[in-house]
Amino acid sequence: MNKITRRQALGTTAGTLSALGLLGAAAHSATAASPAPAAPAGTVDEVFQGRRIQISPATGGGHHGGHHGADLPTVRIDGRELHVMRNADGTWISVVNHYETFADPTSLARAAVRELQGSQLAPFAPMGGAA
Amino acid sequence: MTVRKNQATLSADEKRAFTNALIELKRTGAYDRFVTTHNGFIMSDTDSGDRVGHRSPSFLPWHRRFLLEFEAALQTVDAKVTIPYWDWSADRTTRSSLWAADFLGGTGRARDGQVTDGPFAYATGKWDVNVRVDGRNYLRRALGAGVAELPTKAEVDAVLSMPVYDMAPWNSSSNGFRNNLEGWRGANLHNRVHVWVGGQMATGVSPNDPVFWMHHAFIDKLWADWQARNPRSTYLPAAGTSNVVDLHDTMRPWNDVTPADMLDHRKFYTFDTEPAAASQR
Repeated sequence: MNKITRRQALGTTAGTLSALGLLGAAAHSATAASPAPAAPAGTVDEVFQGRRIQISPATGGGHHGGHHGADLPTVRIDGRELHVMRNADGTWISVVNHYETFADPTSLARAAVRELQGSQLAPFAPMGGAA
Repeated sequence: MTVRKNQATLSADEKRAFTNALIELKRTGAYDRFVTTHNGFIMSDTDSGDRVGHRSPSFLPWHRRFLLEFEAALQTVDAKVTIPYWDWSADRTTRSSLWAADFLGGTGRARDGQVTDGPFAYATGKWDVNVRVDGRNYLRRALGAGVAELPTKAEVDAVLSMPVYDMAPWNSSSNGFRNNLEGWRGANLHNRVHVWVGGQMATGVSPNDPVFWMHHAFIDKLWADWQARNPRSTYLPAAGTSNVVDLHDTMRPWNDVTPADMLDHRKFYTFDTEPAAASQR
């Protein structure tokens, strides 16, 4: 029991440290984002509620077939890509929270983890859902 | 003539006919094609690029046409069925008869958000969620969890009193009636209702929840109410706008229908309570 408790505590600490590292990036993006169409967030790699969130900044040039028209970061949860979109005011939405805006990709990714409740994202499909 | 009724006024027979028609469209696969179409548009409509179904002036005529197509599909199953509308400014609690087991079923259970009663509960075996963004194939809801309150009548009235249909840059940052109704600006009407319902309704595959159609039938009615209240206002932009559907441009995916074709709902259906000014025109 002691052992389990200690392991849980260690897990929590690791998660918290990642999250703290992250807070810096999120705060930076919040100040840098609004007017510029450039990528707002740096690289993120954290464990949040047991799920791995990885965010790679936009690389320049369209991705996913280029239908977005604007550079977007790549957001992954446990290795599966999450479809994200940037609003004109600099806020963000994802395909799992499509009617609610978030200040930055990290908040968006964490909201997706909460929404997924442990479920895996379907394979990335920019023009439709998994059938 | 098709009459769209407030869901709160439906008889038990009308509720049963509506839910049975939904389940039959689900069985044949026709239903899921509507979900796929919606998700395709919601993922490709962008503020800085081509935009048709959402975050653009054609949000309203696009969904009017989408609902007409869906209603026609329902009527191939049962000619008497029409899409009811959900006035969420009036029926605004989880205790509304809308969410009873004889209609749409209620909110999801705490553990996994699964809806466990009503005709669309996973256990019926008749409502698998096939077009999805994650692994879960059961209908989910979390009524009132994502946001506490549905919009009020006063908030609706304030948006209906906005005289200009839409404004440049014709996207989620616009002022004007359309974007305030859609909810990217202001009190937030349409978007907030998706968030209030939660589950699939909060995602790009929102038509997986049958309440999608009743929500959008009410948004569509609010467009008609706005027209009645602002008779000298019309759809904008008129012409020559890049990435945006102008009044006489055709809309994807149909490519044979324009916003101008969609302006008068009475060509297709009426509401149980028509706006007074409209009936005098």
